Amino acid sequence: MKANCWYGTHDVRVETVPDPGILNPRDAIVKITSTAICGSDLHLYDGYIPTMQAGDILGHEFMGEVVEVGPGVKNLKVGERVVVPFPISCGQCFFCEQGMSSLCENSNPNALLAEKLWGHSPCGIFGYSHLLGGYAGGQAQYARVPFADVGPIPVPDGLDDEKVLFLSDIFPTGYMAAEACDIKPGDVIAVWGCGPVGQFAIKSAFLLGAERVIAIDRFPERLALARQHSGAETLNYEKADVRDALLEITGGRGPDACIEAVGMESHSPGVLGAYDKLKQLLMLQTGRPAPLRQAILACRNGGIVSVPGVYGGFLDKMPFGSIMNRSITIKTGQTHVHRYLKPLLQYILDGKIDPSFVITHRMRLQDAPEGFRKFRNKEDGCVKVVLKPN
Amino acid sequence: MATEQTAEVGRRNVLEGGGTRASRDGRGSEKLATALGWFSIGLGMTEIVAPRTLAKVIGIPERPLLTRLMGLREVAAGVGILKRPRQAGWLWARVGGDILDLAALGAATGSRRSKSERVAAAAAAVAGVTAIDVLCARQLSTGGRPVSLGATVAINRPVEECYRFWHDIENLPRFLTHLKSVRIAGERQSHWIARAPGGRTFSWSAEVTDDAPNQRIAWRSLEGADIPNSGWVEFEPIRRGKGTIVRVSMRYEPPLRAGGPLLTAVLGPDPGMQVRKDLLRLKQLLETGEIATTEGQPAGRPSGATWLDRLART
Repeated sequence: MKANCWYGTHDVRVETVPDPGILNPRDAIVKITSTAICGSDLHLYDGYIPTMQAGDILGHEFMGEVVEVGPGVKNLKVGERVVVPFPISCGQCFFCEQGMSSLCENSNPNALLAEKLWGHSPCGIFGYSHLLGGYAGGQAQYARVPFADVGPIPVPDGLDDEKVLFLSDIFPTGYMAAEACDIKPGDVIAVWGCGPVGQFAIKSAFLLGAERVIAIDRFPERLALARQHSGAETLNYEKADVRDALLEITGGRGPDACIEAVGMESHSPGVLGAYDKLKQLLMLQTGRPAPLRQAILACRNGGIVSVPGVYGGFLDKMPFGSIMNRSITIKTGQTHVHRYLKPLLQYILDGKIDPSFVITHRMRLQDAPEGFRKFRNKEDGCVKVVLKPN
Repeated sequence: MATEQTAEVGRRNVLEGGGTRASRDGRGSEKLATALGWFSIGLGMTEIVAPRTLAKVIGIPERPLLTRLMGLREVAAGVGILKRPRQAGWLWARVGGDILDLAALGAATGSRRSKSERVAAAAAAVAGVTAIDVLCARQLSTGGRPVSLGATVAINRPVEECYRFWHDIENLPRFLTHLKSVRIAGERQSHWIARAPGGRTFSWSAEVTDDAPNQRIAWRSLEGADIPNSGWVEFEPIRRGKGTIVRVSMRYEPPLRAGGPLLTAVLGPDPGMQVRKDLLRLKQLLETGEIATTEGQPAGRPSGATWLDRLART
């Protein structure tokens, strides 16, 4: 089959590789009909996530048709159309039983690597480094799905791929970020980053009852999407002073909750931005956390800072004194996708959201390298790339 | 009984919050080796940086080039020891160096430019260090040091199920990867075959010394084992929920003839970590019925899993 493989920083290639097979009783093989490039894939592309190995198949947002099931999978049938959650979860461990599927204790066979870096290991994730299991990803014609009796959700035939594909990651991720804000009527929520996850966080914040959502980015097309599709008010941080504007809106108090949907490779203007970039280049920190700092400092006393943005290692100059003295709550985590699948599919079926609004580019799998380049450089108004492998 | 003592040691480590999952007897020689490593580096740096001053202090003729070369040798041995404080190789290299040093000092006494009292004092110091080096190298290389290791895991299954699975000892090779097979050979006896590198195996017979249903199983190898060993596993119900805390401790007593190298070869360079990996596999088997893997999956390279995966798993 064809698969998009990582060979190094800014080097991904579509190669012919063997077809996947059933390796464990609870595996299934899915013939992929749609797959996407995630913003977090760009951290791999830019070489910021350790333990990638040349030849790793990328991709953790995919869906398709079940073509084979192992003897332990009783609830899926060959031919069924499913969306596959990006975290791999066993469904039977302490965390899975509590609905925290991204903390599954059994799906990362390389848990000891993650323990060295993070103290404990989260779940395994498709196509996202050997720290998280070294699983082949879904930017391919076929994928092997472990614990297939727990993860994949069947979707009705009438719904387009594009409407349900993002149940695999970015819709639940944006939703969980907004849910973490414990939104009450009248709340003002600020969202840093209007990429796909930011867009879903904005939309979800409104779905959960936010009064106003302030969306922060620098790309006009992304700000326009947030305004037009979800009804956010927008701030271009290159043109306005974000802090001043947020204080102005909230009477000097700050937003009730702040969502940081940017992650480790943020762009920020000025001296501090250059300083962060230099420290990251010198490996003195593994992320550039300017928006996270800004979100913490802007948030109102006793407020919540919710972080769906991906971080890998260590950050510098975190204003922990601000967090402590002002009773700020930080909420973050890889998304517990499994628990959002049914309720969010219902939102889609009810017509409350059509997640395809973020898609700007549709390409063949063969064009994945071009898709990565365009998405990374935000060429051509690129917000979200969907690939068609078959 | 040996197993009882091990049990106590295990408990104490936990209570002291040392975070050591594996404790290895003979820590003393490891510490001594580390100290000798640093000493080696310190002395070597002095020889490299200030050969003339050193010559004056010792009272020998100045020969900076030779002294610097000896310094390099010291630093190399020191770094080697610090990298592997459990292995005797670089310590024996130090012993060799000590003998060279003594020979050089002996040669210097013949020179008229030497100050004989100072040289004698230096020779005495070197001889003292040589004795310590020999002692430490011997401790590390003769084996015979018992190795205790252990690990703990929380399993989301009832105590009865965890106990039953372990009690059927023919299950053990499913998650203890260094075992090839375990066969029941009688009421309380069993025969174990373990893998060693190069496709070799070694084996022993063992007997169950304690079996408290749903609480504890202890075992011990019988007379004639290549590496006499014993171990226990304990099952403690988690108060909240249905889970079980499984604690394992094993103790290996390599005889002189088998030595440390065989044990190292069998248990791997970090035996405590090995037991933890084994217990994670046990957890996967009991909770999910399978062991997570990527071995055999596709990739844009010859093999689906890589050296890094194997390092993490086996």
